[in-house]
Order: sequence, then C-alpha cells, then structure tokens
Amino acid sequence: MIVRLAAALLTAMMLMTGTVRAQPAGDESIRPFKVEVPEREVAELRRRIRETRWADRETVGDNSQGLRLAELQEIMRHWGGAYDWREAEAKLNALPQFVTRIDGLDIHFIHVRSRHRGALPLIVTHGWPGSVFEQIKLIGPLTDPTAHGGRAEDAFDLVIPSIPGFGFSGKPAAAGWNIERIARAWAVLMKRLGYSRYVAQGGDWGAAVAGAMARQAPPGLLGIHVNLPAAQPPEIAAAIAAGSPPPPGLSANELAAFEALKSFFQKSRAYAAMMGTKPQVVGAALADSPAGLAAFTFDYNRQEPLRLLDRDEFLDSVTLYWLTNSAASAARLYWEEGGRSVTNSAGQKTGEISLPVAVTIFPEEVYRAPESWVRRAYRNLIYFHEVDKGGHFAAWGEPELLAAELRAAFKKLR
Amino acid sequence: MSLLRSQSGRRDFLVTSALAGALGTLLPAAAQAGTPPAGTATAAAPAAQAETPFAGAATVGAAALGQHPARDPSIRPFRFQASDEALDDLKRRIAATKWPSRELVPDASQGVQLATMQKLARYWEGDYDWRKFERRLNTLPQFVTEIDGLDIHFIHVRSRHPNALPIIITHGWPGSIVEMLKIVDPLTNPTAHGGSAADAFDVVIPSMPGYGFSEQPAELGWEPVRIARAWTMLMKRLGYSRYVTQGGDWGDPISEQMALLAPSEVLAVHTNMPAAVPPEILKAAQSDSPPPEGLGADERRAYDQLRFFFTKGLSYALQMAGRPQTMYALDDSPIGLAAWLLDHDARSYELIARAFDGEKEGLSRDDVLDNVTLYWLTNTGVSSSRLYWENKLPFFAPFGLKAPVAVSAFPDELYQAPRSWAEKAFPNLIHYNRLEKGGHFAAWEQPELFTKELRAAFRSVR
Repeated sequence: MIVRLAAALLTAMMLMTGTVRAQPAGDESIRPFKVEVPEREVAELRRRIRETRWADRETVGDNSQGLRLAELQEIMRHWGGAYDWREAEAKLNALPQFVTRIDGLDIHFIHVRSRHRGALPLIVTHGWPGSVFEQIKLIGPLTDPTAHGGRAEDAFDLVIPSIPGFGFSGKPAAAGWNIERIARAWAVLMKRLGYSRYVAQGGDWGAAVAGAMARQAPPGLLGIHVNLPAAQPPEIAAAIAAGSPPPPGLSANELAAFEALKSFFQKSRAYAAMMGTKPQVVGAALADSPAGLAAFTFDYNRQEPLRLLDRDEFLDSVTLYWLTNSAASAARLYWEEGGRSVTNSAGQKTGEISLPVAVTIFPEEVYRAPESWVRRAYRNLIYFHEVDKGGHFAAWGEPELLAAELRAAFKKLR
Repeated sequence: MSLLRSQSGRRDFLVTSALAGALGTLLPAAAQAGTPPAGTATAAAPAAQAETPFAGAATVGAAALGQHPARDPSIRPFRFQASDEALDDLKRRIAATKWPSRELVPDASQGVQLATMQKLARYWEGDYDWRKFERRLNTLPQFVTEIDGLDIHFIHVRSRHPNALPIIITHGWPGSIVEMLKIVDPLTNPTAHGGSAADAFDVVIPSMPGYGFSEQPAELGWEPVRIARAWTMLMKRLGYSRYVTQGGDWGDPISEQMALLAPSEVLAVHTNMPAAVPPEILKAAQSDSPPPEGLGADERRAYDQLRFFFTKGLSYALQMAGRPQTMYALDDSPIGLAAWLLDHDARSYELIARAFDGEKEGLSRDDVLDNVTLYWLTNTGVSSSRLYWENKLPFFAPFGLKAPVAVSAFPDELYQAPRSWAEKAFPNLIHYNRLEKGGHFAAWEQPELFTKELRAAFRSVR
C-alpha cells in the first residue's frame, strides 16, 4: 500500500512516497518505510551535475585551499555518470525501516532485531556530514555476530535513527531541536520499541547525542560508547581559543592532541562556524549546487572521505542530502547548538554523566583523545581502547573494527 | 562539457578585450591569432566562444593571450560587454533554483532569510537589467595595465579642474568597483555636486586581483601588502607622484599599507574602517570576554560590535581564510553566491533586505544586483575568497602608521571607531568624524556624506 506521507514529511522528502500512513497527533504507531525517489529527481540531479559552472583552479599544488578542482571534477564525473542511486536505495530498502512520530516530528529509523535471544538493544546515531548510510555496514556484525567472527552472546538489536533535519526524518518547523531534545526523543523511541535495557553509541553529533542521553539517564539506558569523546579539558580549549602556547607539563600524547585541536580550530572549524551562525547561507548555496554540496562534505576532516572511505558509499550519503534537500536543515543543528564543540568536555557537560562510558579512539579522528583527558571527562569510564586504523567515520570506514569494539565495550553491561 | 572546460578563460578574455580596445574597435577577429573570433572589446561577440552556453565573461575570447609582452607598461582601454548567452544562462539558473527550507526564526539570526532571497530571485530573473549597469559602467574611462605580472583593471577619471588631488580608492569584499561609482562624479566634478573647484579629485578605482575585471592570480602571494605595492606602481604609471589613498574593508589595510610603502608619495589616508583597535581590546573581543573596565560610551559600543563580529559574524571570513576553494557553490549557484555576498554583516544585510521590501534607503535592489551579477559574470566567487587565505595581517590591529590619517566612523560599520582609539592608532590624525548614518558600504550607501567626508578629510593636505 503506497500512500502519500503526512504533509510535513512530504515536504521534507520532496514528494518521495513511502509505505506510510498519515498520522494524527499523539499517534504512537510505528509505520514501515521504503525509499522510492522519483526518477525525475534523480535525472534532475544528473543534469545539474553536468551543467556545473566551475570555479578557477586553486593556486596551490596541494589541498591547503580546500578540495582541489581536479579532485572535485573527478568526483562529479563519477557522480553524474557511473554512480547509481538506485543501488543505494536498494541497500536501504533491504533493511527494515520505519517512521514514527515523536515530539511532533516524524523520525525515520532502521531497526534490525537479532535472531539471538538476549541481544542487547543499541541505538547508534550518525553525525554530519553523515547519515544512516554511515552505519549500515555495522548491522551484519552487530546483529548477526556468529556470521562475523563473534559469538551469539555478542548480539545486538540495532536501532539507527535519522537525526531531525537529516535524511528521511522530518525537518523541524520551529527552533528548539537541539542535542538535548534529540536525546530525549531517542529515549522515547527506544521505549516505544519495547526496550527496557539498552545502550547508545555515536561519533560526531552522534557522540553528543549519546552523551546527552547519558546525562539525562532515562530509565533503561545502561551506558554509552563514543568514538569521538568530549575530552578536551577547559584549559586546553581556552589556550587554543586565545592562540596561547600549550600549558606546561603536557605528555607527548596530550601535546599531540593539543596540536591537532589547535590546527582544527585555526584551519578547519570554518564549516562548523558557518553552519553555527549562518545555516541559511550555507543552505542556500549547497541546496542549489551539487558540486558545492559535494565539495563541502568531501572536504571534511582533511578530506577523510577521499582518504579513508569508499567513494560510492560516501556519495550515497551526499545524494541523500541532495534528494532530501537537507543541507540547510542539517546545518541548523550547529545553530541549535550555538557553537558548542562536540570535543569540549565543558560544552558537553561530561561532568554530569554518571552512567558507564566506553571510548574507542581511532587514529585518523580529528584528534586522538589521550586517556588522561578521557578519564578526567568521564568519571565512570568502563572501557578505553585505541585502535590502529580508522578515522572520524569509524562505522563507515572500519565497521568490523568498530563492531569488535562495541562487543568488548558493552560486555560488562549485558 | 563543462566538466572538462579549461580554467584559463577569464585571463584570456581580459587580455583580449583590453588589447582589442587598444588596437581600436572593430578589428577583424581573424586578425587576432587565428583562434575563434573573440570580437572586440566594444562588442564582445556573444556567440564567439559557444563552447559552453554559460561562458559569459569567462570565455569571451582566447585570442590574444601572450600578445602583449610581459612587463608591458602600457595602459589599455577597457570595456565590458557580457554575452547574451551568459545573461540567459544566469536567468535560467535563477529560475531553476532549488531552495533550502525556510529558516526557523523570525529574523536573520540563521542567516539570509528565504523570503528575502526569493524576492531577490524574482527581481533578478524578471526585472533586473544588467545592460543598464553595463552602459553606465562603460561611460566611465576604464583601463587595464599589467603590474607585477597581473592585469589590473581600473576606472580612471581626471577632473577638469586644475590641481585636482589624485586619490586611489580601494573596494573590499563582498564589494567591487560597483561600490564606488556613485562618488566618481561628486569627487571629480565637485562644482556640480555642492562643492567648489578646490574640492576636485582625480579618481582611480582599481579592481583587486581576483575581483571583477582584474586578473585572477595564478600564483601565490597576492596578499594586501602586495596589492598595496601594485597600487603604488599603478599611481606612478599614471603619472601621480603625490596622492591620497582611501578604503574600507580590504581597502583599509591596502590604503594604510600604501602609506607605509610610499611615504613620500602618499600624502594622507582616509579610512572608513580603520585598523585602530587597541591590542588588549582586540584580544578581549576575540575571546568573547566581557568588556574591559573603564570604557567610555563610544568605546563600549565599539567593543560590543567587535565582540558580536568575532562571535557571530566572522564565520564567512574563517571559511574563506581556511577553505576558499571548497566554496565551489558560489560559482555554480547564483542564489548561493547572492546569499553569501548579502550576508557580510548584520547591518548591511538588514539594509539590503529592506531594499527588497521596497524601502528606498542607502542601497537599491539594482545596486545590490549590479555587484552580485558582476561577481557572477566574472566567476569570481572563489577567486575573490582567496584574499582571505592569502592575508597575513590581523583584522583591525593598528599598523603603526605615522602618516596623516583621516577617519570617518559610520555607525553601522563592523565597529564604529571611537575617537580615542583613532587618536591612539594614528598619531597624525587629521580628521575624525562620527556619522549619523551609514554602514560597511559607506561610499555606496551614503555617497553624499562620503563625498563630504573626503573633501573635509583631505583639505589640509592639498
């Protein structure tokens, strides 16, 4: 039965149809969802890619001015040519997807139950510039561990929601959908799914959501795992903001983290500053230019998508932003957070977390949080491990490794 | 097609059109090096390049590159005519704009507002006439000359009055020479604009490298000090050995640096955005600290403005300083470009938004779109941004200028410089005035006030 979505979602999804019924307020039903983008939308994207008007080439021989013209042109040739959105759509539609209304907004999520009894329910949250595409390679290893080198007692039931304003979740029509509110919505979602004992995980904004959930400590939440800890101590953040030298007495690890954070602050935070203060400006530019959208997202974390991810898999997500017209609505999350950094322990109020916290450090992350800082930030740290490969998009780039980390991290909480 | 297009277009066009101008109009295209006919500078052959329908300024001609020898000191006349194809393509793109969802706030605190942008788009596509602006621009004497390896475009109007004071006026970002057109006649022809012959200026208004019709640097190092040096060469080439400089935004550091580079030539500097913030104030504002103790009312207001700028208003500059190339959207999306240019600072955005609501004050819709369309047709969204990447100078910190300096402090500027700070930054302050109205684009918004300021500011150095 294919019917039109509720009006708000309809707008949000640009006339995509899904197997969803319009729903009265207060309805807590969980409705199945399928992605079905009209062909004209896909054709329109290709047309715009073909008709890109290019900027001049950079004046340097490296990527220090941003994504290089030749690299972007290569991406765009592929995106407008061999790349096939229908394959991405099929990947999503092979998974059980649902929509349910929470706090006035339709929330899209993937929900895969393990066939193993006693599986631990886990809600995993993506970040920016990601989407639920980030996490789908975790589904096999986590829900079906015996097929992926694990044991039945490692099994998870997995919930992967789209953040409001991202992908197939509704776009907030009023201000106020900040991290705190998303975290509360996720607790409602888990309860609605019938889970009374569960854990939460994330990197990027997902780490902030997991952290907020841990602070809120809703009934049933046992603990969290993050792969981007909010471990930057206040004195480090202050020194970097003031352009001061590192405080005396830092260890080698701490000094390396200081330098990484300083470099990020001085050279790479602009995207976040833009979205934090002018999401509509970013939105106006990226909503109307596929090349602009691709450049802005591929450039993330010293162009990690080019260095560490499968290009097609990243394009799945970029295409999702395009088709759901999410550049502005996703950018607004930065505005809602008012410039609060996800790496900053004070900003993320980690001192208020008493639930168990597990942390995995991936070497190519924006910064490698030293254990000393992580212990200071999270007083109930139950797991800390530094792995030898992977970056900011850990679930995307190293799904088996992250799955192994989650098994180990949550063992004590089962 | 467009994916594979050569990137050398704009330079080719500039050289071609300028040369064509120098050779005289209506030179048969075939005479120019055997490449596709480029037309002439006065009638820039719309379909000549046809390689891309939206080539516009970028690929009007590829004929004459290299035809004038390097280090050619000649000053070549310049005129610009966009191709019909470029203008049609622009309108087509505006009509096809894919819009973001509306902001969630009733004000501009999330950036440009959707309703304003949609009004702008309707007017830009439906009513706006670039040709009108082009005609106006082409009534002014424009030139190109090669300086330090780069073709520099400039407007140069000599006053008919003897002993006119030469002045070089530098625009900033997101402005252009468009900002300065309203003051050309009042400055050069003062007797027609409430002044006396003794108020006359000879006016030079260059386009910064990477902006408008000046050439796009292909090598590193074109930061404000180098631009300042190029401007001193330009003035020398024009035969001016004693002159004054003027600027706001990027025009300020360039104008101030010129006084440091050429102290015997630059008689005085006028700035409407002075580098005059005391270091301890600058540090406090940058780190979002509460106001330091003991500030007077003017200082307190300036401090609050600076703090707002550094916390809420700086992000565009961070983006352009850090990742200018990544902003490909600016050269691919007219509305993206317009949004980016409109959102420079809160006060000027409000002024522009009012213009699109039909209020007549300061800037008109045409003013705004003349400037945005110039950026679009010259494909300079990214190239103009690189100046931030190149820049090594601090924003607003005094350069230690000993030269005579005049300051006009407009209330809606990023900060309205208090007299106390101006006196400290410029020991030889020859003029200071706090204006009642006007903002970041002072010459554009308040040309009469601005003209009066320049007359008064430089009276003592003539």
